[in-house]
Amino acid sequence: MEIIRVEGVAKSYGKHQVHKDLTLSIKRGECFTLLGPSGCGKTVLLRLIAGFETPDTGKIFIDNTVVTDPAGGIDISPDRRGLGIVFQDYAVWPHMTVFDNVGYPLKIAKRPKNELRDRVMETIEMVGMGGLERRLPSELSGGQQQRVALARALVANPSVMILDEPLSNLDANLREEMRFEIKELQRKLNITVLYVTHDQEIALAISDRLAIMDEEGRIRQTGNPWEIFERSADPFVFNFMGIANFVPVRRDGEAYLVGNGEQLIPWEPPKGDAPEWVAGFRPSDVQIAQQGTGLRGTVKRANFLGAVMDYLIEVDGAHLRTSIETHEAISKGLMFKEGETCVINFRDLLWFNAESLKEVVKQ
Amino acid sequence: MSYVRLLNVTKKFGDVTAVNSLNLEIGKGECFSMLGPSGCGKTTTLRMVAGFEDLSDGEIYVGDRLISSPKRNYYLPPEKRNFGMVFQAFAVWPHLSVYENVAFPLRIRKLPASEIEKRTKDALRATNLLKAAEDSPADLSGGGKQRVALARALAINPDVMLLDEPLSSLDPHLREEMRFEIKDLQRKYGFSIIYVTHDQSEAMALSDRILVMKSGVVQQIDTPLNVYNRPANKFVFSFIGLSNFLDIVWEDGRAFVRGESAALPESLTPPEDMHGKGGLSLASRPSEIDFVSDSDEGGLRGIVSRKAFLGEIIDYQVKIGGQEIRVQKGRRAPGPELGEACWLRLLRPFWYAGEQ
Amino acid sequence: MSSITQKSRFGVAQVILFLSVAILVIVVAVPVLLILFNAFWVNGEFNIKDVYKIISEPQTYQALINSLIIACVTTIGSTIVGTFFAWLVTRTDLPYKGFMKAMFLVPFMLPSFIGALAWKMLLSPNAGFINKFFIDNFGFDGPIFNIYSYLGISLVEVMYLFPFVFIQVCGALERMDPTLEESARISGAGLFTITRKITIPLVLPSILSGSLLIMLYSMAHFGTVAVLGIENGIFNIPTLIYERIHQSGGSFDAIRTGTVLATVLIITAAFIIWLQGKVLGKGHYQIIGGKSFRPMELKLRALRVPLLIFCLVYIAFTIVLPTAVIFLVGGLKTYGLPFTWENLSLSNYKYILFEYNVTKDAIWNSVTLGLSAAVITMFAGVMISYVIVKMKVRGKRILEFLGMLPFSVPGSVIALGVILAWSGQFGINLYNTVWIILVAYIARYMAFSLKANSAALEQVHDSLVEASRACGATMWQSLKDIVLPLVRPGMLAAFFLIFLPSLRELTVSIMLYSPTTRTIGVAIYTLNEDGETVVSAALAGIALIIIIVGQMLINRFTRKVGV
Repeated sequence: MEIIRVEGVAKSYGKHQVHKDLTLSIKRGECFTLLGPSGCGKTVLLRLIAGFETPDTGKIFIDNTVVTDPAGGIDISPDRRGLGIVFQDYAVWPHMTVFDNVGYPLKIAKRPKNELRDRVMETIEMVGMGGLERRLPSELSGGQQQRVALARALVANPSVMILDEPLSNLDANLREEMRFEIKELQRKLNITVLYVTHDQEIALAISDRLAIMDEEGRIRQTGNPWEIFERSADPFVFNFMGIANFVPVRRDGEAYLVGNGEQLIPWEPPKGDAPEWVAGFRPSDVQIAQQGTGLRGTVKRANFLGAVMDYLIEVDGAHLRTSIETHEAISKGLMFKEGETCVINFRDLLWFNAESLKEVVKQ
Repeated sequence: MSYVRLLNVTKKFGDVTAVNSLNLEIGKGECFSMLGPSGCGKTTTLRMVAGFEDLSDGEIYVGDRLISSPKRNYYLPPEKRNFGMVFQAFAVWPHLSVYENVAFPLRIRKLPASEIEKRTKDALRATNLLKAAEDSPADLSGGGKQRVALARALAINPDVMLLDEPLSSLDPHLREEMRFEIKDLQRKYGFSIIYVTHDQSEAMALSDRILVMKSGVVQQIDTPLNVYNRPANKFVFSFIGLSNFLDIVWEDGRAFVRGESAALPESLTPPEDMHGKGGLSLASRPSEIDFVSDSDEGGLRGIVSRKAFLGEIIDYQVKIGGQEIRVQKGRRAPGPELGEACWLRLLRPFWYAGEQ
Repeated sequence: MSSITQKSRFGVAQVILFLSVAILVIVVAVPVLLILFNAFWVNGEFNIKDVYKIISEPQTYQALINSLIIACVTTIGSTIVGTFFAWLVTRTDLPYKGFMKAMFLVPFMLPSFIGALAWKMLLSPNAGFINKFFIDNFGFDGPIFNIYSYLGISLVEVMYLFPFVFIQVCGALERMDPTLEESARISGAGLFTITRKITIPLVLPSILSGSLLIMLYSMAHFGTVAVLGIENGIFNIPTLIYERIHQSGGSFDAIRTGTVLATVLIITAAFIIWLQGKVLGKGHYQIIGGKSFRPMELKLRALRVPLLIFCLVYIAFTIVLPTAVIFLVGGLKTYGLPFTWENLSLSNYKYILFEYNVTKDAIWNSVTLGLSAAVITMFAGVMISYVIVKMKVRGKRILEFLGMLPFSVPGSVIALGVILAWSGQFGINLYNTVWIILVAYIARYMAFSLKANSAALEQVHDSLVEASRACGATMWQSLKDIVLPLVRPGMLAAFFLIFLPSLRELTVSIMLYSPTTRTIGVAIYTLNEDGETVVSAALAGIALIIIIVGQMLINRFTRKVGV
């Protein structure tokens, strides 16, 4: 049961081609996140789905109805697509009260006054803004304006709610609080949510499924949060989802050697016979010890960050990072200083082909 | 051997006391941070050391030289204090080239031209700016501008560098890189650093010692490790890293989590001197909590009200008697599901009494 | 910034665009083009010889030189005065700074030609009050200062034009990031060095920007030179154009001379605007600060009181004195009588307001012209601004350029162009009617309306309209419910920005008036020319009152609305 389907969509602005041939579908009732770096084209896709822009080619379906088909001359205007949208800058109208803002969709739909009033008050309560309906946006904090935008998008019972980076202007604490609230609302109301963001943490926290888009507007991988994080399709996705370690590994006959040294990587070999590979793993996949079996390396940098000790380790020319909770480091004698040697083992490791690493530019 | 000394330094703005009787000693070559929320008085203190604000009371010494004392009617203006200073918004002059920016303090001191050239080039080299010497600072990135500010402060070979939130306008990647550069420069030149920031991880990573400040009052002065391991009070605990606080109440001489019917287990007995005290708080860090089985005697019982997969960590919210506690485990660690009952063991509990 | 695109091929957008272009072309472009055309083409032939002949005529040549001299002296003087006061008010511990700042902005409000009239009454060589005072009481042989001179004209202009620089420099100094100076201080520099090496270079773009504006204004200004220069035959370009055309009753030659001179003005103005663009573009640094620490303040110590007295004397001498003179003379029964209580009365004021047709008509004309011009420009401005700011259409750059053109084209040039365009050339003859003045006003003030409305429209982010579209509202509903209410303050600002200046305007209407279509400015000027000094002064006094009251009302209104 797809509620949104994007088929073969292409869009250019002058010489700049944002999307070449994009296909995507979102299931009814799921919380779907479109994740990607700034400028990758995710907002453009959102605007195509909403109807603010028209693609050059391709089709867009909402609830099995064609809403966009340039070849077939179909382009339903945004006011008739039945979507609820929360914009990045909230777009709350400064000259209207909270009540009037939230009630506007129903006013346009010419709902009877009593029905409108009841529904608006109900929605305002639902987002936790009860009692503030007479206020003007200038009297509200950023977080409160955000809730008004949310209520306005929900009040007309849309089939899909689209959120465009709604939390990026809030401070860290509020961001965390709001993202869980949005997830709660989505679950309670059982509506479909399309969430657009560059913040992978939010994407992981709230999504049922997510799609990663790269700078060229291509979708690299679609799946649930666990799949994307643990079984990333390529280094780009792996690197985007969190701090990533990439260690070059070269094949020498049957042996797989780390960096430019002679140590064998303590892990199953990759499938395939390419001469060069890249091992990808997370900082928490690294097991560091004073001695024992495993790769020998040197601690290049030791950073005390409060809750964790953060280490930068060099192994035969390759660099990797790991962190240990401070209390654990103290109790297990893992407080390394710069220049000390250590032993590395792995809890998990992904193999990527060496070519695909090149596009992950070192920031 | 202390190099910069603040004795009972106080600053009042009208009725408001921004800094309250601050006593501080910073050693030669030490990296000292002042940490606290905005408005706590750390920047005011730095500006008093720099000379942009005068003291309401107290004295400041550099070495054995007095630089400010209202009581003795003595005030050395900033231009005579010979500090290097880096500001939050960089304060790099857009109408002068990078070279001229860095050479400025040397020209003011009327040093011979060859000396100016040598020192300017040294400073530019140390901050990787030699290639950009003729550029206009406006053409540089945020990190570049910051380096210009650093180079300019270094050019006079100061004994003390004052840094006022220098990295907060840079993006996170750059912040880490610049942190290392600053530390390297300190190691190379051997100056003392007084560093003001609201970012606790930055302070922890950089400093030899930290001062935690709140509303003009010193909360704790200690090494980063000690501030983390032995926070002096609830505020310091909550300011460094993530924290949980459970309100504890007394009933018939036994301690309960407020809202819970079962008393606290033996292993979580509050210290002697807090018996019967009001406003008792049991503090813990989300990463220092284990899930244990129900047979474990030391466990606190709760229900998982939220579970979120955040990539490297799994974030839990656990309801205990109407209060909520946060637990963070690594992604591989096993844990309860949403809605399940669970038992928590606090690995390093802290007790605080009678505070807000 | 993405704009709202229209889906239909030939819809409302196209109509609005067409209208906008039509308005701007007809009202703005045509007059200017006609001037250039008329200057260089005679009888269908491109003729530069005549142009050269006209320019090298002694009187025209002298007028060009005079314009330059007066403009230069005025600019230099205004820059020094403006910068000095700005620095005093923002960077020292001068007492009563708020009061000073407000007072220094007063000359902005007052028409300088009325000031020139007052100074004529004070310092004309024989009859000026101050001169007479010194001759009668201290035995001076001649006047201590002759206002009918290059210096006199320039000084009066400085008095009224220095606020241009004052405002720019005040703004720059106040908004400058204080750490830019603090970092110089900690680097070892004292206050003097900092001001020299840091503050002034950073503020220079603002100073230059204000100076260039003054230069432009002074070159194009009619009033002061007209009042003070005629006696000794000092003409500048606008006054010469006026004199030629007025004397000859609009003869072909006179118009030709006028267009040639106007072309010189256009080229000079264009050059100055271009220069200003360069200065602001290159040197405009982001120096605006964030944190709220105050900038360094210089302690004036021993100089504090003397400088305060200096400022107060300056204000008294240049603002209070001329204004007082206007009101006092306006109250005299006959000019030349000494200022005693018997000789003063309100009869003149009553006369001009209720009995004298000339003045009654003038007031009526100015008010109706002002209102009409303001209303028309307000609506046209909002529409054109919408096209420029919000619509994604090709060719809107041209609209922007056309709209801003009148800003730089001097009033006399617009007036002349309007004469050329609307005196029967294209079938419509508005010459000598009140309509031609209206058309000229619309051309003149369109730029102000565009600026105010564009600023308001830019505040209405696209997402606000897109949000209402997403809520189910059509484009029209969105414009009505969302855009219009939010743009209203801008429209009102535009209205007042045009209404008040038009009430006191002289440069344009002096070229276009007929006996029945005088404006307040024209009436004051011509009455003075005809020797009706007290009546002229009384009308000037009324004009001042209207302007000041109007300005105060606007200030209160805009503060309330938060514009």
